[in-house]
Amino acid sequence: MPAKAKEFAAAATLPSPGDSNGDGVSIRGLTHSYGELTTIDSLDLEVPAHGVLGLVGPSGCGKSTLLELISGLQEPSQGDIALGEATSAAGRLARCAFMPQRDLLLPWLTAIDNAALALRNRGLRRAQARRRAGLLFERFGLAGFERAKPAELSGGMRQRVAFLRTLMAGKPVMALDEPFASLDAITRGEMQEWLARALEADPRTVVLVTHDVEEALYLCDRVAVLSARPARIVDELSAPSPRAPDRDEAVTDPAFVAARERALHALRGGAL
Amino acid sequence: MKRWLLPALLLIGLVAAWQVAASTEALADLLGLEPFLIPSPVEIAEALWENRTLLAENAWVTLKEVVFGFAIAMVAGLVFAIAMHLSETLRLALQPLVVASQTIPIIVIAPILVVWFGFGSGPTLAVVALISFFPITVNTLDGFRSVDPEATKMMLTLDASRAQILRRVEAPMALPYFFSGAKIAVAVAVIGAVFGELVAPDAGLGRLIFLDMQLLETARAFAAVFVLSLMALALYALLALAERRVVTWR
Repeated sequence: MPAKAKEFAAAATLPSPGDSNGDGVSIRGLTHSYGELTTIDSLDLEVPAHGVLGLVGPSGCGKSTLLELISGLQEPSQGDIALGEATSAAGRLARCAFMPQRDLLLPWLTAIDNAALALRNRGLRRAQARRRAGLLFERFGLAGFERAKPAELSGGMRQRVAFLRTLMAGKPVMALDEPFASLDAITRGEMQEWLARALEADPRTVVLVTHDVEEALYLCDRVAVLSARPARIVDELSAPSPRAPDRDEAVTDPAFVAARERALHALRGGAL
Repeated sequence: MKRWLLPALLLIGLVAAWQVAASTEALADLLGLEPFLIPSPVEIAEALWENRTLLAENAWVTLKEVVFGFAIAMVAGLVFAIAMHLSETLRLALQPLVVASQTIPIIVIAPILVVWFGFGSGPTLAVVALISFFPITVNTLDGFRSVDPEATKMMLTLDASRAQILRRVEAPMALPYFFSGAKIAVAVAVIGAVFGELVAPDAGLGRLIFLDMQLLETARAFAAVFVLSLMALALYALLALAERRVVTWR
């Protein structure tokens, strides 16, 4: 663990999922349909513990459905999804936190109470939950905004609170559904760097859905390119330098550019 | 400023026009009525002052009926809305009944209520509760149904139980809808109290209006109507104030 990460972990004792902290995600022969409509077709995916997998694909290819299946919000029509040892929907739900596309912060709660929702749901008292969430506010660039209502926060800050809420759930696996899609280009770049630092400091197994190839290649270890519905894997790439310290430098690196071109090519081919 | 000035000017204009039409007996002539049947605002104000004790006593009776009946409707409305929200079976079963409750012709059924609940405030409470129950229930239920299903999913992955989703997400979401329903209900609750009092020979402003119409004490009847309107306005304002205090995020 790098020194900075140790400091992060020590300063802010994150809710630890205990011995299951190293759960990976394993998907075998996954097929899912709504009635006649097959949205996912015999998909195999493997994410090692603390690995970050990116899923890119054309709109409406079933990426969000895939995340709901992984999270245990739905059962697949066919095939197996395992999060560590957990294969049932309830078991997956207990091991996976889900960050929806829109931040969905509750407007009647302050930023800190939104971030601490999972702790409150587990029965922690409000003061205790706030104290634990508060430890992370400074780290996440949110110091001073603990008592702000979501309406008073900028788009980037809202996403950070939403991510913090997901992180505070203390689950070994996180499913992120286009977390920065609603942000402007500059804020999105900043948030990608920010998320990269957060994941370096506090590694989790992450499945990230995005339509932004560059975002996927910067944040993830591996990127799977999905086809149009029914979703299957068209190409799978290794990112050249996942979560590199300098994002601007990383994304202009020739190896990164080559990977991006290959992913875009696969995306275009799969969309047909 | 404009918010207060415009309605105030309109009100003053209307009252002045009424005063002129009534005191010159122009309106009575036009309608072919005896002038005393159309009291002027000044006469109503005089009746209001002369009968202040009588009006206050009767207003107190009506206010209690409205508040208690409304409280019954609020509790019943919330219980029904939550039950219908949590159970699809209950929703399907109760929906027609809730709608049907609104089609009951209150004035016609009032004598039956007197038989059931006896003479006194009982029938009036029943009428007030019955008439204000519907807007509260339907609006609150709409509020529950307006919850974003994505928010529910998000709460599930944050280990929320059904009760926690209800308390932390659905109930706050439904709160503004509940208040909308309650504000509609409080106005009709006052009308409900008047209807209730028509058949129950107890005290109350509705009773007073009914008697005064028979006694041709029109000025006092209008004074009672004026007090009733004030009561409805005050209750409405109270609810609006409570809403502002509770629903701070809108």
